[in-house]
Amino acid sequence: MSQQQGKIVAGILAPHPPHLVYAENPPQNEPRSEGGWEGLRWGYERLRKKLAETDYDVLVVHSPHWKTRTGNHVLSVPKLSGLSVDPIFPNLFRYHFELEVDVDLARGIVDEGRAAGLEMVPMENPAFRVDYGTIISCHLVNPDWTKPIVAISSNSSYFDYSNEVGEAEMQKLGEATVKAIEKSGKRAVLLASNSLSHRHFTSEPELPEDMSKEHIYHHGQYLWDMKVIRLMKEGRTRELTDLMPDFIDQALSECRDGCLSWMLAALGHPTYAAEVYAYGTVIGTGNAVVGWHPASAEVKA
Amino acid sequence: MMLRGYIVPGKPLPLLAPEKHPAWAELRAGFDRAREEIKASGADLLLLYSTSWINVIGHQIQADPAPEWVHVDADFHDFGTMPYKFRMDPDFAKACETAARARGLHARTVAYQGFPLDSGVIQALKLLDPENRIPACVLGCNMYADRAETIVWGKAAAEAVAATGRKAVAVAISAFSNRVFPKRIDPKDDRLYSAKDDEWNRKILEMLGEGRLEDVSQVARDFAQQAHGEQRGKAFWWLAATLGQHNGYDGTVHAYGPLWGSGGAVVGLVPNPAKDLSREFDEGDVQTFAGDRGVLSGGAVPEPAAPVAMSQEARAQGAIRTTAAPKPVGAYPHARREGDLIFVSGIGPRQAGTDAIPGGAIKDAEGRPRDYDAAAQTRAVIENIRTILEAAGSSLDKVVDCQCFLIDMARDFAAFNAVYAEYFTGIQATRTTVEVRALPTPIAVEMKVIAKA
Repeated sequence: MSQQQGKIVAGILAPHPPHLVYAENPPQNEPRSEGGWEGLRWGYERLRKKLAETDYDVLVVHSPHWKTRTGNHVLSVPKLSGLSVDPIFPNLFRYHFELEVDVDLARGIVDEGRAAGLEMVPMENPAFRVDYGTIISCHLVNPDWTKPIVAISSNSSYFDYSNEVGEAEMQKLGEATVKAIEKSGKRAVLLASNSLSHRHFTSEPELPEDMSKEHIYHHGQYLWDMKVIRLMKEGRTRELTDLMPDFIDQALSECRDGCLSWMLAALGHPTYAAEVYAYGTVIGTGNAVVGWHPASAEVKA
Repeated sequence: MMLRGYIVPGKPLPLLAPEKHPAWAELRAGFDRAREEIKASGADLLLLYSTSWINVIGHQIQADPAPEWVHVDADFHDFGTMPYKFRMDPDFAKACETAARARGLHARTVAYQGFPLDSGVIQALKLLDPENRIPACVLGCNMYADRAETIVWGKAAAEAVAATGRKAVAVAISAFSNRVFPKRIDPKDDRLYSAKDDEWNRKILEMLGEGRLEDVSQVARDFAQQAHGEQRGKAFWWLAATLGQHNGYDGTVHAYGPLWGSGGAVVGLVPNPAKDLSREFDEGDVQTFAGDRGVLSGGAVPEPAAPVAMSQEARAQGAIRTTAAPKPVGAYPHARREGDLIFVSGIGPRQAGTDAIPGGAIKDAEGRPRDYDAAAQTRAVIENIRTILEAAGSSLDKVVDCQCFLIDMARDFAAFNAVYAEYFTGIQATRTTVEVRALPTPIAVEMKVIAKA
């Protein structure tokens, strides 16, 4: 009997501010949580409930904090563990991780990427420390780590060329990813570990959770974030992809790292409405938790 | 004092795989030559600035006394692991944080088990001081910092070196041209990504070989734009500010070659007071950082954290006091401004905070004379004066007149005069030197200066 074709059962825009995790990880962090950024946390709670109703085998995450310049690298060792320390907020995020990698699917993505003409590099060093973007997004979606993951690096060599080049490459990588998933027979949830607008504050209040100091860095970023979210809610993701180079430049968007573009390409640029679980700012950056759930869209149709 | 400076590459191929390409081996040999120079220099601090340690919130300073980990590079994970255990200088890290804050920078020390040191830092420390003989301090690179902020960051580091009496070697970790091959290559095929990048690198290396670090700092922005310089050329800004912002160095290009298409070089710079110190600032020579947008203070541009801790009343009267210089021994400020001139009080060699006397006191606690190093005292005096002038918004090169007081002209004049020449040959201030019977503290040298504001 032939293996059932795999598919993507959800795509999640899953930003990775460490501020959302430290409240759940108190023994390893200094400040005591006073309830900052609850809006974003509630969004992730609702998302987790939704995913609890979703049958899936693997999380495939694309992270901007595994920065590579020599191709698209993919975790390809079965087990990885260690201590993740956020280099920007070490006071907020020190996290002992132990995770399983779906090596078969990882190899499939490498193979399909190569077939599409992309530079793909399997990461096979067992001492490798997984980046904190991957850890945070996976924790927020699946805090018990009950599913294996595949993690893909952000290839910042595209920065040397243009946003358009990066977007074209992410289109190819998304298409390669979905082909590999289909061949694997797995049911996959994709995680794009991106914020939206991404200009940070460069100073911080004494109390990490002083919400009186938290706001979008500037109004232009907010307008861009709302425009992008509206396009998601209206199922206009092809238009969003077309606008991405401008969004990246004008809102200093972390989408430059390609995670969202990769995911939208893998999802086939959905025309159904995305579920917006939350929007909030973290040290001036815009963060949205957004889900694309093909099964729900089919039911509504 | 800053003994010398280096620029070294951050891509860890000379550490991990020098045998795979002749240029990687040559860069490794360049590190080796730098290591021998550092060993012979008598340095007691390696001060590192890494363009691969990207900071977002202000400026971070590594303060874990003994960081230990097994690091794997994000790109070159198939070239092996980098286990390390280093010796850091947490006291200096604290002093650097203090100096940075006094100049208006948001700065903090970090000391966490497992904190991710970057590949460039690991390569530099493993190759420049493999036996951990010299404690180190690592400074981060803020991704948003512009030229002005980076220069203030460098000045704060130099100020901390002076305040703590360290003998430091500054190491800026950065590529030159930084366009890499966006794919896996056979290492033996490595070359500079483009002829244009190579030409730009060689032009900058020619200037550095002539010791013209400040000139390189001035053109760093253009270089970075043309040759994809790492972090927009911040390493040159930082190193120039840390070493004193002039062109009077003996420069040595120890090695240059490709690292996956980028330009890597090991360059040494040793201050040489006998050389032309001329410098020309195309932009203002900034002393303090005033914040970028004031986003945490309701939009108002924040008052820079005062480098001079003074009352409003004292400020109004033109008095200048700074916590970065030794406390006055009487009811007088470190300096005061009158019109366009800064009048600095008589300043000795004592160190801020500790009152330690570099070169030793002239007598012991019982009043018995003891041997001391007049050269070390003179150097400390001049560095204290530099600190005070910079706190006042001026600088050592703006000194127009010096009055110098020695307690033993016959014994100390030659040593004093030699150190003085290191600093003032290019400044050409007028000078008067007299012998006095005693000074208020057990020191041998005191100077007072007048400088342009």
